[in-house]
Amino acid sequence: MEQSKNFGFGEDEVMLRDTARKLFADNCSADKIHGQLAQNYDPHREIECLWDKDLWKQIGELGWTAVCVPESAGGLGMPLVAAAALVEEAGKAAFPSPLVSTFNASFVLQACGSDAANKQLEKIAGGQASTLAITNQKGSWESSDTDVTVDDGTLNGTAWFVQDAKKAETLVVAAKGEKGLGLYCIAADDANVLIQADGIIDLTRDQAHIEFKGAKAIEVAAPGDGKVALDKAMPAILSIVSADMVGTSEWLLQTTVEYANTRVQFDRQLGFFQAVKHPLVNVMLDLDRAKSLTYHAACTFDEEPDGAELAARMAKSAASDVAAFSASRAIQFHGGIGFTWECYVHIFFKRNMHNHILYGDGNYQRMKLADILIGQAA
Amino acid sequence: MSEAGKTDSPEQAEFRAHCRDWLSKNHPGTPPVSLPQSALALTDDDALVWLQKWQKSAYDAGLIGCDYSKDCGGQGLTNCQAIANEEMTRAKTPFLPNIIGLGMGAPTVYFHAQDEVKQKLLPRLLSGEDIWCQGFSEPGAGSDLANQQTFAEKKGDSWVINGHKVWTSLAHYASWMIMLCRTSKEDKYNGLSYFVVPIKSALGKGVTVRPLIKLTGETGFNEVIFEDLVVEDKYRLDEVGAGWAVAMTTLAHERGAGKLVTPASGGLASAEDKSSSIGSANALIRLAKASSRNGKTAADDPVLRDQLMQLMIRQEGFRHNRRRIGVPELNDHPMRLPLQFKLVSSELGQDISHMAYKIQGAASSLYVNDPNAPAGGQWPMAYMSSFGITIAAGANEVQRNILGERVLNMAKSK
Repeated sequence: MEQSKNFGFGEDEVMLRDTARKLFADNCSADKIHGQLAQNYDPHREIECLWDKDLWKQIGELGWTAVCVPESAGGLGMPLVAAAALVEEAGKAAFPSPLVSTFNASFVLQACGSDAANKQLEKIAGGQASTLAITNQKGSWESSDTDVTVDDGTLNGTAWFVQDAKKAETLVVAAKGEKGLGLYCIAADDANVLIQADGIIDLTRDQAHIEFKGAKAIEVAAPGDGKVALDKAMPAILSIVSADMVGTSEWLLQTTVEYANTRVQFDRQLGFFQAVKHPLVNVMLDLDRAKSLTYHAACTFDEEPDGAELAARMAKSAASDVAAFSASRAIQFHGGIGFTWECYVHIFFKRNMHNHILYGDGNYQRMKLADILIGQAA
Repeated sequence: MSEAGKTDSPEQAEFRAHCRDWLSKNHPGTPPVSLPQSALALTDDDALVWLQKWQKSAYDAGLIGCDYSKDCGGQGLTNCQAIANEEMTRAKTPFLPNIIGLGMGAPTVYFHAQDEVKQKLLPRLLSGEDIWCQGFSEPGAGSDLANQQTFAEKKGDSWVINGHKVWTSLAHYASWMIMLCRTSKEDKYNGLSYFVVPIKSALGKGVTVRPLIKLTGETGFNEVIFEDLVVEDKYRLDEVGAGWAVAMTTLAHERGAGKLVTPASGGLASAEDKSSSIGSANALIRLAKASSRNGKTAADDPVLRDQLMQLMIRQEGFRHNRRRIGVPELNDHPMRLPLQFKLVSSELGQDISHMAYKIQGAASSLYVNDPNAPAGGQWPMAYMSSFGITIAAGANEVQRNILGERVLNMAKSK
């Protein structure tokens, strides 16, 4: 029961994180992101997938997608905290990319442990964008729920709420067969896969529902083994999404503090007023809790797998709550300007509001935690 | 849960082995009298004597004050106190009675007193033979600490002190007090000087200690009246007028953000001690399973379950904030986490003990004098006591100003 005191965050992880900081500082200013994503403000605009493909290619060349892929599958085999640190920086930049989705797909493939899954992991290590198609139309986060069926490796039905679907080259699909849930890989541009983009609030990603019309897929976990793999990977997924919110929330906090230090009303900087100062300190307190829990969750996933679900759900609960809290305070304390499209804050607000629901919000995580820590209610 | 050992230096590893070995043979066992929830509430002489004996034995074994230099009663080690603390927590040893001396007096004296004074006072402070108290708060200087009115006037080679300190924990047992005084009325901050003054040996000779009664009905803290107390100049710390800067050393250590780690023991007397279960979110879960609400087990109530989990998450988050402080690469600002400790832990403790009210329902009305009170009435006692911590050492409203101003660089609210 003894974990690394430093969460496993050593020299290599620091170097990787610092590379990410520099890359985002050079290529991903809030100004640039806003210019790239927020040209069309019309709520009824055509659904578009906007992102910088060249930057993604560069990231693939830097080996970021290989960070948590085992060395045996051509990856770097680094601890999950390394990916968490990368994603935290991506969250700070509101970076539009399939980085989180690809990481998440790689965790599920690793949990499958099959040769077919390892082949897919090799592609991810080489920079291939991937995503999970595991959610049903009702938006259930339970790993056994899917509207897709499989028969002899052929997929039928629709997967919903698929993240970064238009950016991904490969889909990892959960499908129900006669013997239970299995997992399948299929190319996103397969002729029998119909990707229908959702109109979503978050400008920094795309989402879709995907119809499979008799699509022939590669089995990576046999029917009956899929749920085990998804459950094993879920703590890593929750940790990574938490890290994204920790990063975005830090940007929201720092940007709002900066505004509170600049904006003058009643002859005083806004930050002078405790009605502004104290809630921003509360955001910081909640954020630091979420950050520590996120790094703990990532470390637990690697070093103490039996405690991984508990640690990850705690992290996701804390991160989801501070994501919503930091977002709301950022808009509120930016006042009139914060309510406008031209103020960059809405980009980060929307990313957090999307993430805080993904794979279950704070209440959902606490419901799961109570089942673990108290036991199921009678 | 222990995360000990993974990154110990050879010196630390050897020291840890020594601590573990000594504690396995020298745990003081079950206290002969019931202990209060913290050293700050000590009022029973027998309890004090027993705890002092424990502190002295741990000091003699090198577990207390080990990072202090040898001439001041320490062991001259580096970064070993944290290890002794981990091992004492692991061994569930009782709390240390000289909590103010260890946490605030010792580092302040160590960094600011003359060598002669340090060498005279620190060994008996670290061993717990001398209990120390802190004279900062006054009737007119609570959150506005610099508004000190107790006056020290230079007469010849000595100082004559007159004034009134209040909310002074442990003064009734204290031999010495660390104290902030006004030495000039010209300047609010630069008119302050810092002293260590005798209490026990000066009772009736310029010092009067009167007990104050807390809202719980307990005694344990006091007001201290100074009437022409004469103090030698050597007991002044640092320069005349530098009192505010010296006080910052005290406060940094009080908030867990100082250079030296405060010696701290588990606080759990023994597994049998009922009060040991009070104050943690885990204990609330046990309480919820044993309590009923609307004819059902309280632990099945979905709202209570959510609230219990919120507390568990805050408790776990606090633990890992402490862990993250040791990883500079995961801290963008060095004071950001240390300055949160008092604020976060005191509010968590308060909310945990308040939660016990909701779980216990009608039975939460029963106090320590009722034989039917769950857990001996310790939960409502803990809730009432918790306000001492959210108010003391700079009310949490002041802590939020400090965090907003020093860490987030927002404009000063004064």
